Amino acid sequence: MSDHTAAPMAGDHAVDIDKHVRIYITVFVALMVLTIVTVTVSRFHLPVPIAVTIALIVATIKGSLVACYFMHLISEKKLIYAVLGLTGAFFLVLLAVPAITVHDGFWIH
Amino acid sequence: MDIPYTVEVRRDTGLTNGKIGIWLFLASEVMLFGALFASYILIRTGSPSWPRGDTMLNVPLATVNTIVLISSSVTMVMAWASLMRNRFETFRIYMGLTILCGLAFLVIKYFEYSAHFHEGALPSTNNFLAIYFTLTGLHGLHVLGGMAVNAYFWGPGAKLWKTNPTWFTNRVEHAGLFWHFVDLVWIFLFPTLYLL
Repeated sequence: MSDHTAAPMAGDHAVDIDKHVRIYITVFVALMVLTIVTVTVSRFHLPVPIAVTIALIVATIKGSLVACYFMHLISEKKLIYAVLGLTGAFFLVLLAVPAITVHDGFWIH
Repeated sequence: MDIPYTVEVRRDTGLTNGKIGIWLFLASEVMLFGALFASYILIRTGSPSWPRGDTMLNVPLATVNTIVLISSSVTMVMAWASLMRNRFETFRIYMGLTILCGLAFLVIKYFEYSAHFHEGALPSTNNFLAIYFTLTGLHGLHVLGGMAVNAYFWGPGAKLWKTNPTWFTNRVEHAGLFWHFVDLVWIFLFPTLYLL
């Protein structure tokens, strides 16, 4: 998709955009269905670890759909992937910080 | 002097500068929200008890808001696709719908907040509400910021379409990337705060 950023288009490229528009609609429907799934599953009042796992899996699928298709990450340039890879690594470190605090004092003893 | 690489791509990166700029900005945004998500995990796991979101928050309203924000992402990407097809008037319609969806989101959020305040549920009440108001408040500010940018491109900023349509299309794409990111954050906030 990033190939299309250079200029508004006509002809063959317009056909290409038509194809993408169909994908956007499909993704939209998928996101709506997954939203219903998220809310429905929460009504079962499952144990917290299972509920968290399911909710995060569904949210990750939804987030991936938005990132891949609406944000065009499915066909982006390498530099963007590099930036996001680095960001992802630091993001995981951030999320791991609370886990480290569970073992408070572990490194001292 | 013209701003370089707004329309043509740099040979070394294969990208326009605007595209790199918005992605670097979004990377910083990931870290901002990441820090708050980490805080949420820390506060929740460190707490002896934690309320289910649906006992304190309005899930039906938040579900409607989720649908509204996802719809706005679709209209945003359709606005960009309209420019790619050289259909400016269609762009205006989709961009207008995106702004209206953002407005609807904030109005619904206002009703949610009002109900909380009316019940005396404030950020100082407990840790759950503190992190709830912080995360949703920051997200709401992002929606407001995105709406301001979108409104600029719908209104006065659209003049650029007449003189440099490619640059304008790229700008709308970059605004769209931010808007989709705001949608993406909500996709994680909704189950985390309201349903678990």
